[in-house]
Amino acid sequence: MLEIAAVNSFYGKAHVLSDLSFTVARGQVAALLGRNGAGKSTTMKSIMQLVVPRSGAIRFMGHDLVGLPPHRVAKLGLGYVPEDRRIFTDLTVLENLEVGRQPPRDGTVTWTHEMLFELFPNLAERRHNRGKEMSGGEQQMLTIARTLMGNPSFVLLDEPSEGIAPVIVEQMARVILQLKSEGLTVLLSEQNLHFARAVADVAVIIEGGAQKFHGTLAELNAHPEIRDAYLSV
Amino acid sequence: MTIVLETKGLSKSFGAIKAVLDVSFVLHKAELLAMIGPNGAGKSTCFNMLMGQLKPSAGTVWLNGQNLAGLGPRQIWRMGVGRTFQITGTYASMTVAENVQMALISHHGRVFSILPYAHRLYRDRALDLLALVGMADQADRHCAVLAYGDLKRLELAIALAHEPSLLLMDEPTAGMAPRERIALMQLTADIVRDRGVSVLFTEHDMDVVFAHAHRVMVLNRGQLIADGTVEQIRTDPRVQEVYLGGGTLFNPAEESADA
Amino acid sequence: MGFFIAQLLTGLANAGALFMVASGLSLIFGVTRIVNFAHGSFYMLGAYVGYSLMQVLPGMVGFWTSILLAGVIVGLIGVIVEICVLRPVYRAPELFQLVATFGVILVIQDLTLMIWGAEDKLGPRAPGLAGVVRIMGEPIPKYDLALLAITPFVALALWYLITRTRVGVLVRAATQDREMVGALGVNQSWLFTGVFFLGCALAGLGGALQLPKGGADLLMDFNILTAVFVVVVIGGMGSLPGAYLAAVLISVLGVFGVTYMPQSTLVLMFVIMVLVLMVRPYGLFGRPEVAGEHGQVGEPERPIKPAGAQVRMIVAAGLALLGLMPLYGSSFALVLTTDILIFCLFAASLHFILGLGGLVSFGHAAFFGGGAYVAALLVTYADTPMELAMLLAPLGAGMAAIIIGWVCLRLTGVYFAMLTLAFSQLLWSLVFQWGEVTRGDDGLVNIWPSSWASGTTVYFYLSLVICVGGILFLRHAAHAPFGYALRAARDSARQAEATGINTKRVQWAAFALAGAMAGLAGGLFVFSKGSVFPNELEIARSFDALIVVFLGGVKTLAGGVVGGVALEGVKDVLTRFEYWRLALGVLIIVVVILAPDGLVGTARKLAERTGLLRTPEDSK
Repeated sequence: MLEIAAVNSFYGKAHVLSDLSFTVARGQVAALLGRNGAGKSTTMKSIMQLVVPRSGAIRFMGHDLVGLPPHRVAKLGLGYVPEDRRIFTDLTVLENLEVGRQPPRDGTVTWTHEMLFELFPNLAERRHNRGKEMSGGEQQMLTIARTLMGNPSFVLLDEPSEGIAPVIVEQMARVILQLKSEGLTVLLSEQNLHFARAVADVAVIIEGGAQKFHGTLAELNAHPEIRDAYLSV
Repeated sequence: MTIVLETKGLSKSFGAIKAVLDVSFVLHKAELLAMIGPNGAGKSTCFNMLMGQLKPSAGTVWLNGQNLAGLGPRQIWRMGVGRTFQITGTYASMTVAENVQMALISHHGRVFSILPYAHRLYRDRALDLLALVGMADQADRHCAVLAYGDLKRLELAIALAHEPSLLLMDEPTAGMAPRERIALMQLTADIVRDRGVSVLFTEHDMDVVFAHAHRVMVLNRGQLIADGTVEQIRTDPRVQEVYLGGGTLFNPAEESADA
Repeated sequence: MGFFIAQLLTGLANAGALFMVASGLSLIFGVTRIVNFAHGSFYMLGAYVGYSLMQVLPGMVGFWTSILLAGVIVGLIGVIVEICVLRPVYRAPELFQLVATFGVILVIQDLTLMIWGAEDKLGPRAPGLAGVVRIMGEPIPKYDLALLAITPFVALALWYLITRTRVGVLVRAATQDREMVGALGVNQSWLFTGVFFLGCALAGLGGALQLPKGGADLLMDFNILTAVFVVVVIGGMGSLPGAYLAAVLISVLGVFGVTYMPQSTLVLMFVIMVLVLMVRPYGLFGRPEVAGEHGQVGEPERPIKPAGAQVRMIVAAGLALLGLMPLYGSSFALVLTTDILIFCLFAASLHFILGLGGLVSFGHAAFFGGGAYVAALLVTYADTPMELAMLLAPLGAGMAAIIIGWVCLRLTGVYFAMLTLAFSQLLWSLVFQWGEVTRGDDGLVNIWPSSWASGTTVYFYLSLVICVGGILFLRHAAHAPFGYALRAARDSARQAEATGINTKRVQWAAFALAGAMAGLAGGLFVFSKGSVFPNELEIARSFDALIVVFLGGVKTLAGGVVGGVALEGVKDVLTRFEYWRLALGVLIIVVVILAPDGLVGTARKLAERTGLLRTPEDSK
């Protein structure tokens, strides 16, 4: 469904992704693993064209994304949840959802407020609160809910478990499995292997912007030396 | 061993968020000390407090026995602290040598001088510093066209311009190719050995940390959870937990199977 | 009591048009980050279009339909401007777009003149609302009451649009984080165009609504622009409630000011603005601007080198040619060249802080006009000889720059620019309204040079020496440690501070030096003309200098001087034609679109591409 082929991306002068390649198949939950600075967020941004790769190809359901404006990428059915959340703090929960709203799309779930509030009960209580009045965990839920309003068929989650309380991390995991059961494809970036084990089918490990491992989590578990080389201390 | 830098109970809160909580450590002369930890652990906040960019909510910092309370970045620099940034901060419109000359001009208190040509001032000294970091052959290049690794080395030369006793390096190898990383850290280690400079650095590349650091501190959620030799850190279960994820997570696979 | 209420009501009625124009400007800035200098021009267009429609559409229905239609038509004109002029330059350095909108002002001015003629249009009375109503014995025009009723309605409609509709939600979201809105699937281009339509339509509506009170004339654009900037800045850029509150505050204060302090209404407005900004730097409802680089987007400037032997020869030859001018040039040519020299010094002084320091000042005329007035006042009241007056002019302007710089440098980017504008307007209004001392609009006259310097040729040489000397001095300062420190503060304030450079103090000193140099140019100016009028302190003067620096090339050392010669030269040719503003405006827009590096920067690139100049190995 998503194919990343020999992508090179720069952040200013820093060469962040070097010949990065991997694929994600329809219906999978794929975890992009690596230490901080490995290039996980840049991978997400490169897919969304918020960082335009200098070379390489990114194909999504037959479309080449490189060079498209981000809104066109979103219109193709890619939903992006940024690492730093970037909710609209002056807008209420409902208004934040409105920004994300897009027309229904064939072949994927059409989300309504009710469905989202069922998924994230905390948001239902706070629907008229402004973004800046919410806790970090609630903001994290809102940013996912906002992206789902665009009825994506593929969701990019950048560090969904970062900086939030353990209970909310559990809730996040439940949400991701729910999305999978609705038929969505998910690519999430993580530092936390434990979290990835709980939700993902396959793992892609990157280090220094290059792919070091691509396989199922069972395979990864069978090779602790890979884990030790790229993830642990 | 002489203590160069010491903190006691260093803390910083932003509103209700405690970014750094009760961090105490010492740094000795000619020591290469690494500070590691996952994203958001408070490393940058710590650095900014040491350099005077942020005012600590509580706690004290001593540099060579002097209390740094209330001093700003400029004063702390004048006391002999050099700094390199995670995202390089160089003067893009100048040549490589001029970047270093600017720091020398400031060090000699001639920033407001209006008569001499700046590009002729302290040029020899600047070239020496550039030679030290292996950039002498690029001295007259436009800074804006340098490769990233070279920018990092240039920044190191700038930071060394006023002969600091302490060097703070924030993610010195971020964005560099693996070979460049090793070269830069080797260079730093040489400077520590040859000049007796103390270095505190943050880093996410564990190869770099374990290959070069004399000692390692681990920060998590604003707190110092470990401080020891490379071997001690490698085998510390709490550190492993921080990096690979805690056991607090339930097993959702089982739960959804029940549902 | 009745009088008081009547005054209050008039003030509130006056606030209507001001609010509409200001909210339009505010909306456009919030979403697109463009300060639309041409906003006053859309207001003026609204008045003229409304006027013409009212000639065609009769009766009460016709009157109100005309006003609405005027808004829609002006909104559509705004869309054309956005698509043709601004879209090509969205990716240009942030403040470069200002120059484009300034070109739009000139074009609209002349098009209006072409279509509607130079005569002021008397606004038609609103049918059925011609008379007055007495409230507690005081006469109040019925139309004022109508405006009083309409303004809250427009404000409410706008509020509804912004807070209750999808478009409004998107606008507010984009004001906060444009990129994220795009990543969620919203096409930014059309959002920008839509906001431009709305903002311009509001300005047009404001212009048409005030027809029965003020009519339509060709000075409306600049007249309202000042007040609108004040309102937007006091209210906070991008805040609608702020704009409303500030519009009411300024209008009510204006009405009371006319009654109780007729000599200082304008001064009062700017004093309030300065006070508000000193307490709340981002306006009553504004929010701190996210720190960004201003005027420094895109390719970084190249390293500078003192001129080589070749360039020095060329400059020396040029100077020799200039020095021999009295031998071959007419006296008209000498006067023109004197003007250009003075203007070049003025432009070079702005270029010093803008080009090297990245400090975009909208109010540099304060120091040029300030210097001119210092000299003129000294001559008028103290019979000061020219030599001393010309020495005190830069000193006075430099002192003013020290004070103004101290306040303004606490802010950055567009807020810094706005604050400098506010101060220059404060100075202008002081000069304009303090008639007993400055003779207001009549200006100070009979300021002639000492007898030895009174001949055209001698004064030409005097100007040549001082201006060329001043420009060379600024150029040398750019190569000195001070100029380097100024660039260091712009390139990376963080690194500069981390290596012991007090960036604010460096910028402050540069601001003062630039002010003094502009004051020197002002001093030369006043003795060459023999008189000085408040318009030397006006926004338009500040803009002249800004345009010159941007057109010449911000990122090149010669930009200010080359731009100055080019603009003054082109003006001299064009002003011989009737519609010279149109031509100049189009020229400016074309240069902005085709030569985003300015004349010098683009010429250098062209020369390098064609092999005339050697490309440094380092630039790709």
